[in-house]
Amino acid sequence: MGSLQLLPPTASSHAADMDWLFAALLGVSAFILLLVFGLMILFCVRYRKGSRVERGNRLGRTWRVEVAWTGLTFAAFLVLYFWGAELYVRIHSPPAEATDIYVVGKQWMWKIEHPGGQREIDALHVPVGKPVRLVLTSQDVIHDFAIPAFRIRQDAVPGRYETLWFTPTEVGEYRLFCAEFCGTLHARMGGTVVVMEPSDFQRWLDSQDPGPSLAQEGEALFRSYGCSGCHGGTSTVHAPKLEGLFGRPVPLEGGRSVIADDRYIRTSILMPKAEIAAGYPPVMPSFAGQIGEDDLLKLVAYIKSLADRTAANSQAESMERPAQ
Amino acid sequence: MMSATVTGKPEEPIVATKNYLTEEGITLRSWLLTRDHKRIAILYTLSLTFFFFVGGAAATLIRLNLVTPSGIFTPDIYNRLFTLHGIVMVWFFLIPSIPNTMGNFLIPLMIGAKDLAFPRLNLLSWYLYVGAGLLALFAIVIGGVDTGWTFYTPFSSLYSNGYVVLALAAVFAVGFSSILTGLNFIVTTHRMRAPGMTWYRLPVFVWSNYATSIIMVLATPVLAITLLLVAVERLLRVGIFDPALGGDPLLFQHLFWFYSHPAVYIMILPGFGVISEIVPCFARKPLFGYKFVVWSSIAISVIGFFVWAHHMFVAGISLYAGLVFSLLSYVIAVPSAIKVFNWTATLHKGWISFDAPMLYALGFIGLFTIGGLTGLFVANLAFDVHVTDSYFVVAHFHYIMVGGMVSAYFGGLHYWWPKVTGRLYPEWWARIAALLIFFGFNLTFFPQFILGYLGMERRYYAYPPEFQAWNIFSSAGASVLAVGYALPFFYLGWSLFRGKRAGANPWAATGLEWQTPSPPPTHNFDRTPTVTRPPYQYRPEPEPQDV
Ligand code: HEM
Ligand SMILES: [Cu+2]
Repeated sequence: MGSLQLLPPTASSHAADMDWLFAALLGVSAFILLLVFGLMILFCVRYRKGSRVERGNRLGRTWRVEVAWTGLTFAAFLVLYFWGAELYVRIHSPPAEATDIYVVGKQWMWKIEHPGGQREIDALHVPVGKPVRLVLTSQDVIHDFAIPAFRIRQDAVPGRYETLWFTPTEVGEYRLFCAEFCGTLHARMGGTVVVMEPSDFQRWLDSQDPGPSLAQEGEALFRSYGCSGCHGGTSTVHAPKLEGLFGRPVPLEGGRSVIADDRYIRTSILMPKAEIAAGYPPVMPSFAGQIGEDDLLKLVAYIKSLADRTAANSQAESMERPAQ
Repeated sequence: MMSATVTGKPEEPIVATKNYLTEEGITLRSWLLTRDHKRIAILYTLSLTFFFFVGGAAATLIRLNLVTPSGIFTPDIYNRLFTLHGIVMVWFFLIPSIPNTMGNFLIPLMIGAKDLAFPRLNLLSWYLYVGAGLLALFAIVIGGVDTGWTFYTPFSSLYSNGYVVLALAAVFAVGFSSILTGLNFIVTTHRMRAPGMTWYRLPVFVWSNYATSIIMVLATPVLAITLLLVAVERLLRVGIFDPALGGDPLLFQHLFWFYSHPAVYIMILPGFGVISEIVPCFARKPLFGYKFVVWSSIAISVIGFFVWAHHMFVAGISLYAGLVFSLLSYVIAVPSAIKVFNWTATLHKGWISFDAPMLYALGFIGLFTIGGLTGLFVANLAFDVHVTDSYFVVAHFHYIMVGGMVSAYFGGLHYWWPKVTGRLYPEWWARIAALLIFFGFNLTFFPQFILGYLGMERRYYAYPPEFQAWNIFSSAGASVLAVGYALPFFYLGWSLFRGKRAGANPWAATGLEWQTPSPPPTHNFDRTPTVTRPPYQYRPEPEPQDV
């Protein structure tokens, strides 16, 4: 039988902030609680039936009191609101240098893919002190990826990408859970997060089955699904080139524009008519139902790897080094 | 039950032989075809008690399973147990609890009317409720459901291996029962008030049932449509919620919480009403800030429609939506806080006695305050990221719904028991039960806040061993709580046969319902009362009984 723990381990950049927020919430609550309980007990004792205390004039008009306590309560609530909102925005704004790690939920396991192609199941290895951005999705029902020691969680929703980031701050092993009910073995859908020294982490990465990286595999898929037929360097079809696309704003038909992120790329593959890039005919067919979640991740990783290239040098490169 | 009032010990004088329990006869037929709101309230109370024990039995098994980290039952059995617990407690106990039992019994009495506006509709609503409840139990007997009471898609629509469609049908049907009750209360409150019973002379109990009815009528149809869509997707495999078929899983959550968040106020507003009757009576003082209490109920029922997405902060809504919904959730916490302050202030310079109803009411204020304050935690965007779907949320909503609503239900049951049955219960036992419930409740649910912060997720049949200690506390508390909830069943039952005669107004209370005999005659009042004073005109010294 475990001992009476009071706080979970604090092992990420968000954990300390969350604990401070918790302390603030506790502080405000304790104040209100003591006030209410204190007064209740005081009144119950002092004004119990039969006690001979002077009851004097009872308060008739109440609205001043009402306005005062309503205003004060609301002001205290607003402080808590802004505090939490600010941290929430931070949890959802990853730094530019964060490494992307892909997480796919499936009844009942977590499949994790590192950018170098290393894969793991129900385990996540990360280096201490380096920001990590998680990109989550699910292959079947809704799951929820939760790491209490890092104070983060996010639903993995089929058909969508959700992201969230953290910087691990303490070397060690922490628990990882599925928190959204997902069927029979929901309670067993969890594992371990291993935070390592960067050098150990590098050694771990090297010791894993090297395999092709996600982007390399994506490149092969890019050809086999026929994407390169239109988007490739030598294509004659009027389709947007994908080099340098990722992370930039894309003007859309109708005047809006969106940032080309994981979600945008995924939508463009599955629902090409949803967000049509301005100036191109909407001729791309939908690949919904043909490309599985795993392959989609690889394609996105490939297109992401093209972020820093221009169309010209990638054409030159692909002439030098034809596909394997 | 009905014969109890006419038997009684031979030496006791039989006070009122002509009352609603005896006037229409005591045959089964006279009960099952009755249109008297008071008899229908009794029918509800009996069936609701049954469902409370069914849901409670499931809760006991759940807590039993969680005594050991590896669990006792198989995962599928456990998943079916918490689904059974959730569905029965939410839809067959909490939502109908106070409105359909006390609301039905008291609203006409409190406003000086002979009955509800639509007596037949009222009976129909009970049949829908019982039919739906039996259908839900049937689904459980033939195999069960494992979706949780929230039926999240695409799990419920395509992956679950339980009898989901039957359960959906049961909830769908009971929804219509709520709609009918809500309509009936709204029309009754508007049209059937006695002369002189202006809006600001209505007891808060009537106001809060009125606010609840608005939510029932406006929100429940959305639930009905949502459940229908899940059934359609499950049976016909069309893409509504499952992305594999081209649907959107978050659409379900938006629709579901658009009903279910307002529904949590269906589960608590009537409780506010009960407490607002009990506290002034036992403090012998007018309710502090009557108009503020009234309008905070109305505010809650309106703002309650604009906070649904606070259940979805980690589900993938946009940052902007998160910011707006969190702010609105903080706004709705204000009217709840107002009520707590007002009840506390009502005690000031009172003449307080601690009879059982008052003990339940004080317990309610304490537990609801903790539940409401932890609502501030889960409404907080960043904090919710850490605790949502964990035991923290389980503790939070149990403090509100069980600590709050169930305490209010028991408080009301004791307060109006003499009116309903004409008998008094043994006071000592009632106080013991109230204390047991309060302590058992805290022992059960307080550890769950800690468990949630530590990272124990909800709906787990097995958990990491380091969480065991707090789970044992919680299970131990649950057994105390079970005794507390079972006790009233015995002493109230006993009082039906042996309890002292109550008289019309044992608490020297001021409401209209106390001005007619206990139990009241079928037509409620011999002469339609005329109201000349605001409610809660209490003075320190109790007035002589039976004026
Ligand atoms: C007054 C009566 C209340 C009732 C009956 C109630 C009930 C509930 C229930 C049933 C849930 C759990 C939903 C689930 O299955 O996930 C819940 C969660 C929640 N409640 Fe309350 N609640 C009440 C008051 C409040 C207040 C005053 C606030 C805000 C200040 C609040 C904020 C929340 C939030 C944000 C959640 C979502 C938590 C999450 O899923 O992480 N509640 N409540
Ligand atoms: Cu899962």
